[in-house]
Amino acid sequence: MLSTEAVSALTLSLKVAGLAMVVALPLALFAGYALARWRFPGKALLTVLIYLPLVLPPVVTGYMLLIIFGPNGAIGRWLEQSLGLVLAFRWTGAALAAGVMAFPLLVRPIALAFAAVDQRLEDAAGTLGAKPGTVFFTLTLPLAAPGIFAGVALGFAKALGEFGATITFAANIPGETRTLALAVHTALQRPDGDMLAIGLSMIALSVGALAVGLSEFAASRLRRKRRA
Amino acid sequence: MLEVEVHHRAGGFALDVGVSVGDGVTALFGRSGAGKSMLVAMIAGLMQPARGRIVLNGRVLFDSETSIDLPARRRRVGVVFQEARLFPHLSVRRNLLYGQWAGGRRNAPDLGAICDLLGLETLLDRSPDTLSGGEAQRVAIGRALLSAPDILLLDEPLSQLDGARRAEILPWLDRLAHEAGTPILYVSHALDEITRLADDLIVISDGGIVASGPVEEVISRIDLGPATGRHEAGSLLRGQISRHDEAYSLTVLSLDGQELTVPAIAGEAGTPVRLRIRARDVALALERPLKISIRNILAVTIAEIAFEDGPFAEVLTRVGEQYLRARITRCSAEELGLAPGAQAYALIKSVAIVRPTLASR
Repeated sequence: MLSTEAVSALTLSLKVAGLAMVVALPLALFAGYALARWRFPGKALLTVLIYLPLVLPPVVTGYMLLIIFGPNGAIGRWLEQSLGLVLAFRWTGAALAAGVMAFPLLVRPIALAFAAVDQRLEDAAGTLGAKPGTVFFTLTLPLAAPGIFAGVALGFAKALGEFGATITFAANIPGETRTLALAVHTALQRPDGDMLAIGLSMIALSVGALAVGLSEFAASRLRRKRRA
Repeated sequence: MLEVEVHHRAGGFALDVGVSVGDGVTALFGRSGAGKSMLVAMIAGLMQPARGRIVLNGRVLFDSETSIDLPARRRRVGVVFQEARLFPHLSVRRNLLYGQWAGGRRNAPDLGAICDLLGLETLLDRSPDTLSGGEAQRVAIGRALLSAPDILLLDEPLSQLDGARRAEILPWLDRLAHEAGTPILYVSHALDEITRLADDLIVISDGGIVASGPVEEVISRIDLGPATGRHEAGSLLRGQISRHDEAYSLTVLSLDGQELTVPAIAGEAGTPVRLRIRARDVALALERPLKISIRNILAVTIAEIAFEDGPFAEVLTRVGEQYLRARITRCSAEELGLAPGAQAYALIKSVAIVRPTLASR
């Protein structure tokens, strides 16, 4: 039923968004915890950096990624020379772009969830002999889980549909970086592409709706739990 | 033995406290804002005093001189907070055993024994959000005991409960006090809890200790007015059940050879009883009055009189070896010519003794 083009775009999108989440989640947990719990110099600057992709034109974010991670960028060149890792114009680069764009949506619910965990419970755990790391994994993380899940669902949906930064940083290469959104864009450029564009759009619509629905469900569980 | 000596300033509040807490149940009493909870947090390791030293069974927990400050997890101080602070995502059983599976505490008492002590068997597989306030506090107490603490701090554990829930949990605390074997520091501003549970009493007011010692002695002391509130000032007497008068629903207690009649309470003859009598419920006479409705007339010796500027005089009397406190008008005290050493009779209305508290010791 789906054309090979559509299947290729969907699987690539899932792969790109999946990798973006796997790499971004640990960072988002750390950033979310830091924003929710710690006071440190430069906190305001970190907040701005994390949320910047939300408000910048995506093409600007993509361009900045190109400057930093591109073949001539400071980090890009270092990655290529020392690790043989090339990001620009590769599917991993699409994942980086998707991850950066999705990061604010991932961090925000996670930070709120960590802030909502009652620190008096953590104090109580301390008096029972638990070390800080144990307290984090036995209390803080499970209690923040609905918020973390909400963040992942939202971030995944965002990563799946990312367009501007991806096309700027990773270009539009069939089978390599042509994700769902890029495939829709490409189909729209073709005189006979309407049906393909509609089909791809329907896929994007259902996956996005599912992810946002899951995210809302998790958030409502978190709210219920907090009231209890 | 817990020895605490701490000094702290926070805003306009100053805490300067030196106390030692031995075995049994020691009550820390004071109005809200007196510094009780702050002191508990410092002992537990949840708050750092500016200066001082905290030693538990010879183990230094905190010493500002030598910069020792053990984190809460290494202090072996069990804490039961005002709100139960159970972990909502864990079953009651996992909560109870948290100190063992997450805290790595060894030599903890047996889960079965603690469940027996606090009546927790039927709660084990429940989720904390299905527990009543009283049940949750019992679980919190069990959880603290199962972390094998060297001392247990109970920070107003009943203050968030309504009257019915308090009545439900008090008998469990009674058992805990006698059977747990762990020294307990019981923080409260409710005198009925203290007279029922405590052996020793420390009174804290405006960040300083104003009195400490055996509970009967401290409670009867005349200088507690400002800390306890005049309304509640009184004394604690010990006696035994002598006999029951079922026809009139009364119980007769024997008190150092004298008799005291109170509304009926349960218990066999010889059961030790603690009894708190408010000073304002005690009147004094120089001769034994006749034809009077008051049933309790105790022969006493005046020990001390404190005259004040206001309408009242506080009189401390001795009944055998015990103290009984009376508040009468200054005018009466002068007219009767009361003076230390004088013989008198203390009159106590039986109905004023609201609920004699039974102590099984």
